[in-house]
Amino acid sequence: MIELSYFAAAVLFILGLKRMSSPKTARGGIVWAGAGMLVATIATFFVPNMHNYGLMLLAMAIGGGAAWYTGKKVAMTDMPQMIAIYNGMGGGAAAAIAAVELLKSDFQSQSFLVLAVLGALIGSVAFSGSMVAFAKLQGLMKKSFLFPGQQKINLIVFGAAIVFGVLLMMSDSTSGLTLFIFFALALAFGIMMTLPIGGADMPVVISLYNALTGLAVAFEGFVLGNAAMIIAGTVVGSAGTLLTQLMAKAMNRPISNVLFSGFGATGGEASTEDAGGTLKEVDASDAAVMMAFASKVIIVPGYGMAVAQAQHKIWEFCKLLEDKGVTVKFAIHPVAGRMPGHMNVLLAEAGVPYDKIYDLEEINGEFPQADVALIIGANDVVNPVARTDPNSPIYGMPILDADKAKNVIVVKRGRGTGFSGIENALFYLDNARMLYGDGQEVANKLIQEVKQL
Amino acid sequence: MIEGFTALYIFMLAAFTGYEVIGRVPVILHTPLMSGSNFVHGIVLVGAMVAMGHADTDLERFIGFLGVMLAAGNAVGGYVVTERMLEMFKSSKETAK
Repeated sequence: MIELSYFAAAVLFILGLKRMSSPKTARGGIVWAGAGMLVATIATFFVPNMHNYGLMLLAMAIGGGAAWYTGKKVAMTDMPQMIAIYNGMGGGAAAAIAAVELLKSDFQSQSFLVLAVLGALIGSVAFSGSMVAFAKLQGLMKKSFLFPGQQKINLIVFGAAIVFGVLLMMSDSTSGLTLFIFFALALAFGIMMTLPIGGADMPVVISLYNALTGLAVAFEGFVLGNAAMIIAGTVVGSAGTLLTQLMAKAMNRPISNVLFSGFGATGGEASTEDAGGTLKEVDASDAAVMMAFASKVIIVPGYGMAVAQAQHKIWEFCKLLEDKGVTVKFAIHPVAGRMPGHMNVLLAEAGVPYDKIYDLEEINGEFPQADVALIIGANDVVNPVARTDPNSPIYGMPILDADKAKNVIVVKRGRGTGFSGIENALFYLDNARMLYGDGQEVANKLIQEVKQL
Repeated sequence: MIEGFTALYIFMLAAFTGYEVIGRVPVILHTPLMSGSNFVHGIVLVGAMVAMGHADTDLERFIGFLGVMLAAGNAVGGYVVTERMLEMFKSSKETAK
């Protein structure tokens, strides 16, 4: 009966994930997967020879309750770091399973012992790494920590963790001290590996840790002989790896680059000064007139729009434009927001239907026909130096060709640079106009102006 | 109990399944899907429960407790967050209603 429940859970997980990969069925997908989880959890209470039920329920209530509360409360803009923290918890749980099993050390064969140690190592790294990722995205930790020889030291820590892992595998009875040092080293490695990684690369790292946690869960599944854990963990491990690759590709950064070099530290200064020309300002009423009498407007939203909570107002503005017969489309760069697809979620929250949202390949050919490209809160993803300046750290990253639109209006709070700290050559182009102000206020003004026309 | 090569076969087939299922996903769903797969590995809860259920010493119980707590957080948090995101995906027809 328990095996049957686990089998059902595994099927539900796979079907759920499959449904989640299309926008039409995605909402049902998570419900299917959730049903699978419920079935598996309830079945587990009937596993024979178990005790500690009281404490178990208490732990579930604390962990689940806290996650429920934070999950319901968190703003959509903060989604990436929440995913990081929940993912880290999964990794930590996998490591904890390994710790209990290693302490008991009644393994049936050597291979289970090896898998337990590997799962513990991966789980611990995913746990502490995800926590650092969370702290960075949450703004608790602003700087990237870089010091000379960092990679060598990381390598030494990692090597030491491996050595203690092997010691654990060799010894017949596990000594508490070896176990403790092993976990301490693994956790330290996770922290040290994540510290130098810049904020812009964090989504790729979170996705990678997601895949790693899946793998750790699968390994501990082997140790416990639990098929549901093996299947679910492995599916997530491979899906997560693929997703990580897709994200890294969208940012045009090989995964090895993300992991082993601090972004911007390598050549960020080179391109700051050569964006010549002047910035030309425009006021809200002129901008509104330009767009109201255009035939096609493409909106390029960025994380800045979400921070200003302007997406609702922008969508209201778009509906007004559409009433005037303007075609409005949203162009989303793969890494708009804080991770691929994040901006789609933020726009969806504002009620923008997903068939008005286009991704990079779909929309780039349309910019030359667009009368106005309205850039709001986006910066690096429309910076033409990614095409032209080989010295720029973002050189080679695919960008939205907003500069090819007949007019470009850039809504921006101030004169600061984007997430990568690079000056944006787009702003200095002849067809570009700057509209300074808070995203929300600007959107409000635009709405009023259009209504008065 | 799952032994030797059977385990390896399960591992291999599951790996391909994961790869295929995600293979053609549109960019707009990357974040929810990452969150969804994050929820799926919350199945670690099952393992944490078993590990804790077999714990005998106080140390094992303590670590097991931590494990169950973290795993429950993974599962519940992953579900809530994913559902909230997917809740919002609507096409223009649906919004017009």
